[in-house]
Amino acid sequence: MPQDWRKIAPGGTVTEPGSAITVETGTWRSSRPVVDYDHCVHCMICWVFCPDDCFQTENGKLVGVDYFHCKGCGICSVECPKKCISMQEDVLA
Amino acid sequence: MTLKASERQGARSATGRAVAINGATLVAHAMRQVHPDVVACYPITPQTIITETFSEFVANGQVQTEFVAVESEHAAMSVCIGSAAAGARTQTATSGPGLALMWELLWVASGSRLPIVMHLCTRALSAPLNILCDHSDVMGARDTGWPILFSEDGQEAYDNAIQAVRVAEHPDVLLPVISTQDGFTITHGIERAEILDDASVRSFVGEYSSHRPLLDVEHPTTYGAWDYHDYYFEHKRQQADAMEKALGVIEAVGKEFGKMSGRPYGLVQPYRLDDAEFAVVVLGSAAGTLRSVVDDLRSRGVKAGMLRVRVLRPFPMKAVAEALKGVKVAAVLDRAFAFGAPAGALFGDVSVSLAVNGGGPRLVNYVYGLGGRDTLPEQFMTAFDDIRRIAKGASVQPVVRYLGLHEG
Repeated sequence: MPQDWRKIAPGGTVTEPGSAITVETGTWRSSRPVVDYDHCVHCMICWVFCPDDCFQTENGKLVGVDYFHCKGCGICSVECPKKCISMQEDVLA
Repeated sequence: MTLKASERQGARSATGRAVAINGATLVAHAMRQVHPDVVACYPITPQTIITETFSEFVANGQVQTEFVAVESEHAAMSVCIGSAAAGARTQTATSGPGLALMWELLWVASGSRLPIVMHLCTRALSAPLNILCDHSDVMGARDTGWPILFSEDGQEAYDNAIQAVRVAEHPDVLLPVISTQDGFTITHGIERAEILDDASVRSFVGEYSSHRPLLDVEHPTTYGAWDYHDYYFEHKRQQADAMEKALGVIEAVGKEFGKMSGRPYGLVQPYRLDDAEFAVVVLGSAAGTLRSVVDDLRSRGVKAGMLRVRVLRPFPMKAVAEALKGVKVAAVLDRAFAFGAPAGALFGDVSVSLAVNGGGPRLVNYVYGLGGRDTLPEQFMTAFDDIRRIAKGASVQPVVRYLGLHEG
């Protein structure tokens, strides 16, 4: 239910930090990165380059990709020194 | 109330000292007394005196204001926005093309609801290049969401500079405010005026407390975030509401200022308008000349009067319509072209005011004084001659006329 203009923060100031995390930018992509974990050496170069902080890590290992936010820019695939990230077509039906 | 701005009325709480200085220096003193946290300014004629004088106050340690010497007016307004969002009481000053260079950011300031105060010394816009007085600069900022006060003389520029802070920071308003004075005529003209005592000015503006400062890390805030088509309209509606509320706030602040200084201010300033049949409507310093023209006509038995509009935004429609009620024909004076518009900007606002408030006098428009051209009393007199002829049956066409234009 849209809120009355009198009830929202003046000037559109955002008063909750980190609210971008709730926005599903994953719907923007037309291809998604797929990691070949058999050849991944966990150098984390993909994590360094990802503009959207989409590489998930645990105990110093790469464990997954945040597909809710990943926009499919492909930078990770280009930068991976082991060429184990492939971009696969991922279009909404 | 038919008072000159510099005439004192009744009891007051402040004391003052008489001075003979120019309008720009008067405003620099007002800024000194308000003592903002941050001033970001870029010099431009004829505002330069404000930037120079205030920066001297800073260098001399007379104020502890953080003076940011920026590289352009666009940078000045950017710094003001960041500073005001951080929670600092912030001011700037500019003229003409300097204001135009800020245009993109004027919207950011008002859209973000930041109570910045700008002292504008009106100047013609280039091209061709002209550094002298006209109102084309402020007319370009008319609809940017900033309340706009027009000063007639240096005294009022000083008084408006103080009131602007209260208007901007009022919780119902929270909009950046422009306070103007006419370039060169007022900025550089020396007049007898009064500077109030520091303590009264300081107490009038009070302490500034931002409702949502960036520097408050306990309450993280983002200003100017992405606003999708789902709520942008609503945020703009809030801005319009604040602008509407500013009208009442400007009136109330003007009355309160009167109690403090002995000089009360309203939305409009009528002069000998009570029984006037013929009137001129004007913004700014030309009102000074027009007073003597009105007096001249009155001494010859002509029922002439003048309406000086003090507040351009929000436009005081009811006050204007009320003041012009009994007038037969009025000449609205515009000190800028509104190219391609039906007539000048002030003419348009006055026409609408009359149209939605039950009508009023027939109107004609005069463009005058562009690029610093001085309009003489006898030239203003021709406007009165015209409207008296119109009252006797002459045509209102052409609606747009010119005073002092070299023609033929």
